[in-house]
Amino acid sequence: MSAINWFKYAAPQTFYPLAGRLIPWLYVIATLLALAGIYISFVIAPTDFQQGEAYRIIFVHVPAAWMSMVIYLAMAFWAAIGLVFNTRLSSMMAQALAPTGALFTLLALVTGSLWGRPTWGTWWVWDARLTSELILLFLYIGFIALRASIDSPQRADRATAVLAIVGAVNVPIIYFSVRWWNTLHQGASINMSSAPKMAVTMLTGMLIMALASWVYSIAVTFVRVRCIILERERHAGWVRQLEEVKS
Amino acid sequence: MIAFLIEVVRRDLLLAVRRPADAGTVLIFFVVVASLFPLAGNPDPVVLGNIAPGVLWVSALLACLLSLPRIFSGDYADGSLEQMVIAPQPLSVLVLGKIVVHWLISALPLVLLAPVLGLQYGLQGEPLFVLVLSLLLGTPTLSLIGAIGAALTLGSRGGGVLVSVLVLPLYIPVLIFGAGAVVASQAGLEVQAYVMLLVACFLLSLVVAPWATSIALRIALE
Repeated sequence: MSAINWFKYAAPQTFYPLAGRLIPWLYVIATLLALAGIYISFVIAPTDFQQGEAYRIIFVHVPAAWMSMVIYLAMAFWAAIGLVFNTRLSSMMAQALAPTGALFTLLALVTGSLWGRPTWGTWWVWDARLTSELILLFLYIGFIALRASIDSPQRADRATAVLAIVGAVNVPIIYFSVRWWNTLHQGASINMSSAPKMAVTMLTGMLIMALASWVYSIAVTFVRVRCIILERERHAGWVRQLEEVKS
Repeated sequence: MIAFLIEVVRRDLLLAVRRPADAGTVLIFFVVVASLFPLAGNPDPVVLGNIAPGVLWVSALLACLLSLPRIFSGDYADGSLEQMVIAPQPLSVLVLGKIVVHWLISALPLVLLAPVLGLQYGLQGEPLFVLVLSLLLGTPTLSLIGAIGAALTLGSRGGGVLVSVLVLPLYIPVLIFGAGAVVASQAGLEVQAYVMLLVACFLLSLVVAPWATSIALRIALE
């Protein structure tokens, strides 16, 4: 019965040591992937004939933008599972994912504006993607702020879950409304989707960097989940038996 | 169920009518905010005409936002909300009734006053009509989505500011379509698409919001 094995790790008590064993490996994999990705992006990938060396920021920018969206969906997923099945660990996962997601969103915004300076000539354009990324950051901040304002962790879990679900329903609507608004107002601005085809090495570098970001996100989320578990389950017997708690 | 809805609306309307200053404050806020922009910027009619759709829509949105905590705060403070939650009638219908009253008391006066402010901004003819129409179709969505935020922040610290942070990003599509309709009509374009999208937003939130709000209320009161 393999299903039982999966549910076994849904309990904080069993997940805590499992995450602890996985974290060093995840960090190693993330570092190796990041080193490979950085090597490809800076040494192997050719210089872009239009943008020169400035384009190399996409190796950080694009993975960060991807992660910001994936993490929001993952967060809403775990929050919904926590709300429906009332599983403690799911809500803790949602809580632990939020800061990483917000960080990647901020990173995508900052790198986007750094990239915009040499290529578009301004720090900020009201481009559809940049604007929706900014709104995504607001959604993350709302999620974190709502949790911070409610003292009871169980109540905060469920309230933030409702917000995350409503936000996830809204994200596509926001994205398309912003895109429509953008096409109406901006006319023919620089359109990146019609950019010339990307060299294979560039794409490889970007994908490897994206993988590194994935593994890194999982690792830091696990670290954070372990802290949350210790904090919330501090009255449980098994937590008191832990070596790191006893000492 | 309809009778129950009407009863909720009647009760809350009666409560609101007994305290008319509450609704008046929202209206005055709308007027004051909208009059600040010409003072802060350029009162040139061309400039005002350009910023009018955005400014009037944002002012209406902020006024609507300001009155959100009032949807539930009174009943929450005196404990009657708890009785309503455990009542046998469906909670989402009750919530819908409260949202209807919020719209009637806080948003409908804004819609009715908008033409006057529109005239101050030099809007005339069709754009003025489209402004009223877009507000009429857009503000119910604002009340519906806002109710979710109001219920989520019920009894938590920092209520008012927190509601704004939660709700404003969710208001963005309505703002874009609403102000967009006025801009389009100023440019002499067809506004049908905007109007239909506003109605679509309204219908979607009509389905989702009462249900989500009632879940949030149960969480807040558990």
